Amino acid sequence: MEKVLLRNVDLPGSHTLAVYESQGGYRALKKAVQEMTPEQVTEEVKSSGLRGRGGAGFPTGMKWGFVPKDSPKPKYLICNADESEPGTFKDRVLIEKDPHAVIEGTILAAYAIRSHTAFIYIRGEFAFGARVLEKALAEATQAGYLGKNILGAGYDLDLILHRGAGAYICGEETALLSSLEGWKGWPRVKPPFPATHGLFGCPTVVNNVETLAALPWILDRGAGQYAAIGTEKSKGTKLFSVSGHIGRPGVYEVEMGYPFKRFLEEDCGGVPDGRKLKGVIPGGASMPVLRADEVENVRMDYESFQAAGTLLGSGGVIVMDDSTCMVKAAWNIARFFAHESCGQCTPCREGCHWMEKIFARIENGQGGTKDLDTILSVSGNIIGNTICPFGDAAAMPAAAFVKKYQEEFEQHIAQKKCVLRE
Amino acid sequence: MALEFSQETLKQFQEVTGRYPKKEAAMLPVLYLAQREFGYLSSEAIEYVAKLMELSPARVYGVVTFYTMLNLKPIGRYHIQVCRTLPCALKGSEKITEWLKDKLEIRAGETTPDGKFTLSEVECLASCGTAPMMQINDDYYENLSESRVEEILKSLK
Repeated sequence: MEKVLLRNVDLPGSHTLAVYESQGGYRALKKAVQEMTPEQVTEEVKSSGLRGRGGAGFPTGMKWGFVPKDSPKPKYLICNADESEPGTFKDRVLIEKDPHAVIEGTILAAYAIRSHTAFIYIRGEFAFGARVLEKALAEATQAGYLGKNILGAGYDLDLILHRGAGAYICGEETALLSSLEGWKGWPRVKPPFPATHGLFGCPTVVNNVETLAALPWILDRGAGQYAAIGTEKSKGTKLFSVSGHIGRPGVYEVEMGYPFKRFLEEDCGGVPDGRKLKGVIPGGASMPVLRADEVENVRMDYESFQAAGTLLGSGGVIVMDDSTCMVKAAWNIARFFAHESCGQCTPCREGCHWMEKIFARIENGQGGTKDLDTILSVSGNIIGNTICPFGDAAAMPAAAFVKKYQEEFEQHIAQKKCVLRE
Repeated sequence: MALEFSQETLKQFQEVTGRYPKKEAAMLPVLYLAQREFGYLSSEAIEYVAKLMELSPARVYGVVTFYTMLNLKPIGRYHIQVCRTLPCALKGSEKITEWLKDKLEIRAGETTPDGKFTLSEVECLASCGTAPMMQINDDYYENLSESRVEEILKSLK
């Protein structure tokens, strides 16, 4: 398979403009601003079938299409580089190794929605990535790809790198907007959607790093070539970050629809040390876990993961072997969400802490017989009752762990100890 | 003496606030400037930032308390942050933290008496494929083992 996203990352000096240009970099931008209208760029991306890679999988071109063309307000394009979903480290590779692909993609998207000010919102901890991007932005500006009258085509764009300061929730697009406006990162009620009422109340599009990094290839090679990759509804390639108990952890570019089991066993080297697979979270910690027996026929695309009762999400694959205590794993994830809940909606703010406490006491041998029902009840009371998807993201995996490894949870409660701890 | 930015930092303040469509949007970059200049964000520092930003101290304080990278208390010269989230936990991050606690004789969230190290347990830093990992100040240290952590500590003067 030809690589779309990781095509440059292994080249020496891949982060420099010279190397990026030597691989055809900024050719797509040239073509777009000199030969295409913003509408034509949007149409091209629509017909490529590209869907948002941040987790939600919403069609990218369609998202751009919601930006009102006749609005007198400024329009903003934001590259979401607040990569924080546990198990996900794909955007970091693109940012550090191919920053110009991210920048070119951001300019292309900004052009498509007629934005003249764009932002890259990068998580604060990515200090190195921010430095790489700063340098790349300076190179791109120097070369005339950013700033006034880009490539002589009369298009102006100012691209500002903005560092977050440590808050998972700021990856949620409306929380990101609040944060970028100088507030704590509290999500906003939708509708109105950012496309009409976004940053400073102006039309705004927020796209993930990986989504944007695919754009130069799509516009250079044409939507048809991109749409020829993948499945009927999940087009193109997707980055998967693989971690946990796996032979070769790392970031992989995979054609949508690739068999998941084969991916884990052959591409990633399988579960090491003679151990067996116990479970795998396929789309970042927000997504329900799959038991080993559920992995068999799953394919790596939006529809197939959904049919298996989970979601593709961010493509953060966390592998757990048979030495893993699933109560402790569930507790760990519940603790993450309890720590990261922004505190705005009561069901999430209270529920996340309750779930963490209950998982902790089960693991520590103090669980009661009603605890599992309580977790399912708390989880059920969060889902659908919060402003943003964080609530569901915390509640779904908790319930999945309890339902899928019920016996192990019950053993912990009955024996009043962790049954896997030696 | 009341806290104030140096001339150089004041210049950076003007520069950064000028970049954004609205001054308030420069809140995080300005707080980073203040944290760099004053070491941490004390009440005095927050009041000073509020004055510069033409906002109330409460408005600024609300932002400071929301983000983990903004410190309300003094912090060691080296801030060791060990990731504890699932992928790192599966690869033994707990052992790394325990080793550090023993070695530094502090608990998570504390600073050594000489002010050299602060130890924190943090959530996912997006380095799961090279777990366990930690961040010290701006830098990531990956694929950790106890002996590797010992070497790293020794290298920090």
